[in-house]
Amino acid sequence: MSPRLTREERSLEPERYELDEGPAYRFDLGRREFLGVLGAGLLVTASAAEALAQQRRRPGGRGDDGGTIADRVHIGADGAITVLTGKVEVGQGSRTQISMAAAEELRVPLASVRLVMADSSLSPDDGGTYGSRTTPATIPRVRRACAAARELLAETAARQWRVDRAAVSVREGKVVEDGTDRVATFAELVGRHFADGLQREVQTGVTVTSVSEWRILGTSRGRVNGSEIVTGRHRYPSDMRRPGTLHGVVLRPPSFGATLAAIDLAAARSIDGVVAVRDGDFAGFAAPTSWLARKAREAVSGTARWNETSHPDGDALYEHLKEHSREGGSRFGRRGGRPRERGSVDEAIKSAARVLRATYHIAYVQHAPMETRAALAEWDAGSVTVWTGTQNPSRVRDQVAEAFRISEERVRVIVPDTGGGFGGKHTGEVAIEAARLAREAGKPVAVQWTREEEFTWAYFRPAGVIELAGGLDGAGKLMAWEQTNYNSGASALATSYDVPNSRSRYRSSDAPLRQGAYRALASTANVFARECFMDELAATAGVDPLDFRLRHLGDARLRAVLEAAAERFRWSERVRATRGSGRRGVGLGCGTEKGSYAAACAEVEVSPETGRYRVVEVCQAFECGAIQNPDNLRAQVEGCIVQGLGGALSEEIRFRDGRIRNASFSSYRVPRFRNVPAIDTVLVDRPDLPSVGGGETPIVAVAPAVGNALFAAAGVRIRSLPLRGEGFRSA
Amino acid sequence: MTVEFTLNGRPRTVRTEEERSLLEVLREDLGLTGTKYGCGEGDCRACTVLIDGKPTPSCLTAIKELDGKKVLTIEGLADGEQLHAVQRAFLEAGALQCGYCVPGMILAAAALLERDPAPDDDAIVAGMNGNICRCCGYVNILEAVRLASRRKEASR
Repeated sequence: MSPRLTREERSLEPERYELDEGPAYRFDLGRREFLGVLGAGLLVTASAAEALAQQRRRPGGRGDDGGTIADRVHIGADGAITVLTGKVEVGQGSRTQISMAAAEELRVPLASVRLVMADSSLSPDDGGTYGSRTTPATIPRVRRACAAARELLAETAARQWRVDRAAVSVREGKVVEDGTDRVATFAELVGRHFADGLQREVQTGVTVTSVSEWRILGTSRGRVNGSEIVTGRHRYPSDMRRPGTLHGVVLRPPSFGATLAAIDLAAARSIDGVVAVRDGDFAGFAAPTSWLARKAREAVSGTARWNETSHPDGDALYEHLKEHSREGGSRFGRRGGRPRERGSVDEAIKSAARVLRATYHIAYVQHAPMETRAALAEWDAGSVTVWTGTQNPSRVRDQVAEAFRISEERVRVIVPDTGGGFGGKHTGEVAIEAARLAREAGKPVAVQWTREEEFTWAYFRPAGVIELAGGLDGAGKLMAWEQTNYNSGASALATSYDVPNSRSRYRSSDAPLRQGAYRALASTANVFARECFMDELAATAGVDPLDFRLRHLGDARLRAVLEAAAERFRWSERVRATRGSGRRGVGLGCGTEKGSYAAACAEVEVSPETGRYRVVEVCQAFECGAIQNPDNLRAQVEGCIVQGLGGALSEEIRFRDGRIRNASFSSYRVPRFRNVPAIDTVLVDRPDLPSVGGGETPIVAVAPAVGNALFAAAGVRIRSLPLRGEGFRSA
Repeated sequence: MTVEFTLNGRPRTVRTEEERSLLEVLREDLGLTGTKYGCGEGDCRACTVLIDGKPTPSCLTAIKELDGKKVLTIEGLADGEQLHAVQRAFLEAGALQCGYCVPGMILAAAALLERDPAPDDDAIVAGMNGNICRCCGYVNILEAVRLASRRKEASR
């Protein structure tokens, strides 16, 4: 079942960028009849939430406010509070933030809330965890449901006490009659009336706590399950085990798109304890230890015959993307399609005093979350449960159901808090692999991809070519703007600046690698190219880069972060201090995406002798409405800055002949401690504005700030991500 | 083969194939899943354990090398319910996002502070550079190590 999005969400989520591809595996499903396979039996923890969820009128839940209070909130006979969401925790802090929202509205301490996340048989469908939607879409739903539950508690107490509802309030985890000492705990109120009331629809108009009255939201709270994590007790998807669990490995093709023509599994099957299965292009092995499973794979891999196909040359990537491009293409985001034009760009270019054109290149990069794809699968009487790390559990459920040709009701997907996502875990191939092996073995099977498998068989942030043209009038005012993106995506493609004549175009292409979502996706590429090109235009006009931007920037929120970053960084002073040094330079960049605003200033130091440069400092201002958890937001912004530096300085997937050439952390360089510059973060709080997400957009302004600083330091314009070339590279 | 070593303060005998990695034996045979697989090549140090006090990638350590050694994993760092100073500092500094690198980070930091109770930032960076945090939460992790160091110094 695909998430049901409101019209507002559709417009705010232009680029979910789901992979549009066939199933990972087309199983024949072998000799044994599916219903004859007996699993080890699923032990279901009998929780109050579960019992309640099973009674829900609409199993599967709904993403909109049409749901009942019971879809979201349960209060047990012991007063224990359980809140439910379909969202997942992948490191962005959603578990804590949603718990805070619930505690706020229920007027209870944060520690009283138990949050059940992403269990397809319990949770309401909140859509996938992407597009920075948790804060603007899910948190309000949780707040409304919890506010409705609070109202129901007050109403229940008023009824029991035979007093007016207005005389009753809920505070500090109790229900009280104002002006008296009459008090009831939640547990004392959880009777028939309350249970019936939970079946009410949550009204969209229910009153939630205003920002000025927040006691929990708006304050910095550490992770609610932090002590589980620092002690190693938290069980990530790769840590899940069931009694009798086998460990599985898969035989991978030698190159992308290769199909398995033949394999002889006899040598693997002769090893005691090994289960080996070949089904179509899938060949997998399960054993009591992964060591033994690998031995079994080694024993037969030489007998495999693969049919390989030809592949575009990775060294000619950008030529390939451009040559194979076509207008728009719905696969690549809802804003793809026809060019968007304001005024007449062609006329304005003709009449411009100065015209600049430039082409920027964006490399493929990978998310490389610390936890590789992992799943544990267990069958029981024709139904399967998978514990897996994914940002899109309902999609994984669909994929598993499709692979095994069973109804989605027979697939339960549970997502334990997961070791990183960054947009990279939207698919269910490892869940299918574990389930296929578990079906064959008749036992639970755990599969965790190796790092090399993750680098090779997961997907990538799309590479791209971005062409720009700009026209200035005699006074240095920007009159014409054109930006065309080939392949990397359409988000943040339209310029944020006030230009009377502008056109943006997106052209999809024949992508040589499997590509999909990524933190902020194409906005990083489009903002990088735009902000570097703005610098080129500013230099042509002979205007300071900050002034040039401000002259063309009417968007008050974007102006505010740009000015905040420049002020904190002491932009003008540092321009003067570094200008002409030949070694040091400062640069800036800004952008908006998903309703939030980022601006960054950077200082770079370059060695003219070696061409090696390093980033000395990044100062970033960020605004996403009313801040709900300042420390967590700061951590997200800082994480984005450093992850953004990875893509800016060193990260690049290399490939040839359908193989990845740098599928390891030693050859694909992600940021380490040594690469972290001085970081200064300014959080701009806007309690007057609705809260939106902050886990993605802070990545967009980092690369252009560094690229522009490098230009200021060395006088060389590098038009690629990563910022390498013309003899320059990061130290 | 049979290997006898001390695991989190207790003697342990393991019977298994000698080439298997310590990481795999911990996670698959001994139920200690706090030690994480990150790359299998010693590049990311998510699998760090302390062997005779020295931070070591358990993914590259064959089980046969452990005879007579003392192994400490994240599960053995706290003293009962009393968290180790570095664990407390990670919580206080908010030094975790997804948290998957955290067991390895904490053990690397604990070993660093044993060697050098008052490291400056360069020494922390040098001591921890092998550990990758892909959430890139390095600022808070650095702060956590500084905080643990100050606490340790203050309690001396």
